[in-house]
Formats: sequence, structure tokens, C-alpha cells
Amino acid sequence: MQTEELITLITSLAPDQKPGISKQYPEFILPAEKLHEVAKTLKENPQTKMDYLFSLTASDRKDGLNVIYHLTSTEYPHTVVFRVILADKENPMVATVSDLWSGAEYLEREVFDLFGIKFENHPDLRRLFLDDEWVGYPLRKDYKDSFIFER
Amino acid sequence: MEATLLDFDLRDKEEYIINMGPQHPSTHGVLRFEVCLQGEQIKYLRPHCGYIHRGIEKMSEALTYPQLIHLTDRMDYLSAHINNEAVALCVENAMGVEVSDRVKYIRTILAELSRIASHQLWWCAFGMDLGALTTFFYGLRDREHILDIFEETTGSRLTQSFITPGGLMADVHPNFQKRIKEFITYFRKKLPEYDQLLTGNIIFRERTHGIGVMSKEVAIDYGVTGPSGRGSGFTCDIRKIAPYSAYPFVKFNEITLSEGDTYSRYVVRIKEMWESLNILEQLVDNIPQGPTMLELKAVKAPKGEYYQRVETARGELGVYIVSDGGPSPARIHYRTPNFSNLFVINKLAKGHKIADLVAISGSLDLVIPDIDR
Repeated sequence: MQTEELITLITSLAPDQKPGISKQYPEFILPAEKLHEVAKTLKENPQTKMDYLFSLTASDRKDGLNVIYHLTSTEYPHTVVFRVILADKENPMVATVSDLWSGAEYLEREVFDLFGIKFENHPDLRRLFLDDEWVGYPLRKDYKDSFIFER
Repeated sequence: MEATLLDFDLRDKEEYIINMGPQHPSTHGVLRFEVCLQGEQIKYLRPHCGYIHRGIEKMSEALTYPQLIHLTDRMDYLSAHINNEAVALCVENAMGVEVSDRVKYIRTILAELSRIASHQLWWCAFGMDLGALTTFFYGLRDREHILDIFEETTGSRLTQSFITPGGLMADVHPNFQKRIKEFITYFRKKLPEYDQLLTGNIIFRERTHGIGVMSKEVAIDYGVTGPSGRGSGFTCDIRKIAPYSAYPFVKFNEITLSEGDTYSRYVVRIKEMWESLNILEQLVDNIPQGPTMLELKAVKAPKGEYYQRVETARGELGVYIVSDGGPSPARIHYRTPNFSNLFVINKLAKGHKIADLVAISGSLDLVIPDIDR
């Protein structure tokens, strides 16, 4: 599917999507509540068939915590990037996509561990790398602990 | 009458949980499997990681791009050149510069040598996991030749940090091409020995055929890439999907098999060694002249977000850089192949015997520091 068709399809599903800043892949900024629906449609639509989630990560930016999904198809050459911006840093929450792509279960656990983003309906949301007693989320910009060396 | 040891039949009555690792020789690093057994059969298993989590992504936020190259060596240490190349390519794309053909050729040669060395080490350790100790000596004997080439050119045998944004740390050693040609001839003779020793071995075949079958759908669902994914028929070779460096200039085949069991993952890696030798042969005599380093005023990625995919010896490595325009990234994320390859193991091992778990985890070729980062 061409980029224009993808834009039309995604706009019809989520009318308040905004184009993202990436020039490499077509990128869409989606509202958190629309993400699961759009992802599900793109996976199941036989013309898009986005069956391979090759990256799921997050970053701490000025506008809030961003969750970034890189999706591609094993049949077609198109790739698409979704971004969800969670402005509420106290209780960031987005729906899980682990029911669509099993690999996402652990990628989401990693994001939860290091960013503290909660994934709704996740089957087993625990810390992945750090101790369960660990306080704070290390990859956030405001994270501080006694091990960090100030330059 | 008193109960004797024979009266306790654990075979199908009770479940019990054992921990395999974090210091188990066949997990090849500090990884712990929580295995639930009924008799000898695996009911489920949970991987626990984090024993070697160093926070490379967090550390990298305080380092400049040429500095953080050195940390990437410590992820998948058997594909150090390829990890370096991934970051270098990502930063070069961000800056909009292109390296000379000489650099591209040398990078690809080093990457393919790494791939062979990595598969050799995997092969010898895999044999040893299954009880064939001799393979270890055969594999390490041949890997030594590649490490010597690395040592001569880069000064280091394992963590080379040779490929850097803008080119290479230095030009190659004058012996570089000669040594590689010698190695190709040498290894073409030695590789059939691998088949004679292990591939045709009846015990080995019995222990790998039909064990840990992964369908193509499961491989895609979990994002299992590299030889492990290709053993299930998932065409996921980034060298073909999105060619980089000198891969557009060479002809090679993507090896895929459809069975998806431990044995087919084994065969894919053996065949990939032959393919890598072919790639090396096409490149080694044709290295063009040119500068080995671009003259860059400063290595700074412009404001934006960049993603680069490369194929390491174990699968797809993705580098995701978020830049604010400074000399160091605001956020760098590595989508590492072993992370995705590990978590499918519960699906593969369920219902098999505990001894087969060693074969399955060996055939996925896990490098633990790459999972934990």
C-alpha cells in the first residue's frame, strides 16, 4: 500500500491523528485510546497485513512520555511508525498490543521497567531487568539515584 | 513397612520447579530459566533476565557518538563489528553523509568475518551442549584464524570498536587481503569436517530432529529473526530487505528452511558460513582505493529521529536514535535480536524433556549481554 493510501486509512480510523516528525518512515501520532484499534485493523486488513512489530520503545521528551511502535509487513514492503504521547507522567497508561503481537509482551515489560508506562490488559506486567523493589524508572530524564555520577 | 526410595514415584504425580542458571554452562551467560517440571517433562518455563543489565542505553545518553560505539561491542560481543556498523550507519544517515566505497567494502568484509567467527563459536558450543566435546576444539581452531586477522588490523580480538561514524578508526593492515584469501582457502577445506563430525552423527540427529518446532507464524509473532527465524521459513534477512554498506554489490542467497526444528536452525547456520565465504571472495580482491575516514567537523546528528536496521549473526539489530541536535543522543534504543529470540523459548520447550531444553536454547544461539544490555 502506498503512503497516501495508508494516510487515508489511518485517518478514517483515527480522525485526530497528526503526522509525526520522522522523514524515514510514515509516522502517525495517535491518541492513546485509538492505538489498539488502529493497530488491530492494520494487522488484520489483508491489504496492509502489518504482522511484524520490529520495535517497541519509549522516550522521555518535553511533551511527555512517547511510546513508539515500528511496524512492517512480511508480505508487503511498507513500514509505518506509531507514536503515542502520554502527557501525564504520574500515571501514564496505554493499551497493550501483546494480544496482537506476542513479542510485544516482553518489550512492554521492558518499557514498564525503565519508563514506568503501564500497559492496560497486559497479562504479566512486572519489572524485567531490575529488582521488584527498585524505586523509580531509570530511563526518565528526571531519574536520580546515588549511583549517577554528575559531570 | 518403612517407605523406601522406590516408593516415591515423581514421574507423573507432582509438579516441581527447578532453576536452571544463572550459572549454568549451557545458558552461555547469566540467564535463569524457572522450569516447571512434571517428571522429566517441561510444563512451562519462564526466563528471568537482568543479571548483566548495565544500562547501556542510559549510559549512552551522556556520551558522544564516537564514544558510545565502544559500549555497543559489549552487547552482542560476537558481532561487535556489526553493532559498531549499525550505530555508525545510523549517525551517518542522520548527518546526511556517505562514506567511501573503500569503507563500505571493508565494513562488509569485517561483518562477514564476524558472522563466520560467531557461527563457528556457536557450532562448537552447540556440539558441546549436546555432549560432543570434540567440536569445541575444531571450532576454536578455525575461529583463531579470524581473530588473528582482527587482531592485526584492529588491535583487538573481541571488542574491536573499529567502525566509527564517518569511516574506520584506521586503514587495514597490509596483510589484510592476503590473510583473508588464505583463510577462505583454509576454511573451505575445514568446513566439510563440521558436517562429517556433527551433522551426520546419528546421536546428534536424534536429539535435534523434530525438537522445538517453531512455525513461521510463531517466528513472525515473536519477532524471531536471524538464522533462528530463517530456519522456520521467515525471510527476514536485512541484507536482502534493506541492503546497506557493500551488500548491494554482492550476490548471495538468503538461506531459509521450512521445518523450523532445532536441526533446521543448525543447517541454516552451517549454510550461512558457506554463503559468507562467497561474499568474502567477491569483495576481498575488489577493495577500491579511497579515504578511510570522512573529514567531519563534529559528529552531531541534526534534531530528529532515526532508525537503522542491520543483520547481525543472530538476527535483526535496530538502532533508534532521538537527537536534539547535540553531540550525544537524547535517547538511544537498541532493538537487539537476542531479546526477541529468547522469549519464544517457552513456546518451543513446552512438552519436551528437560534435556531437550539445552538443545533448543543452544539452537537459538543466545548471547545474554545482548538481551540485558
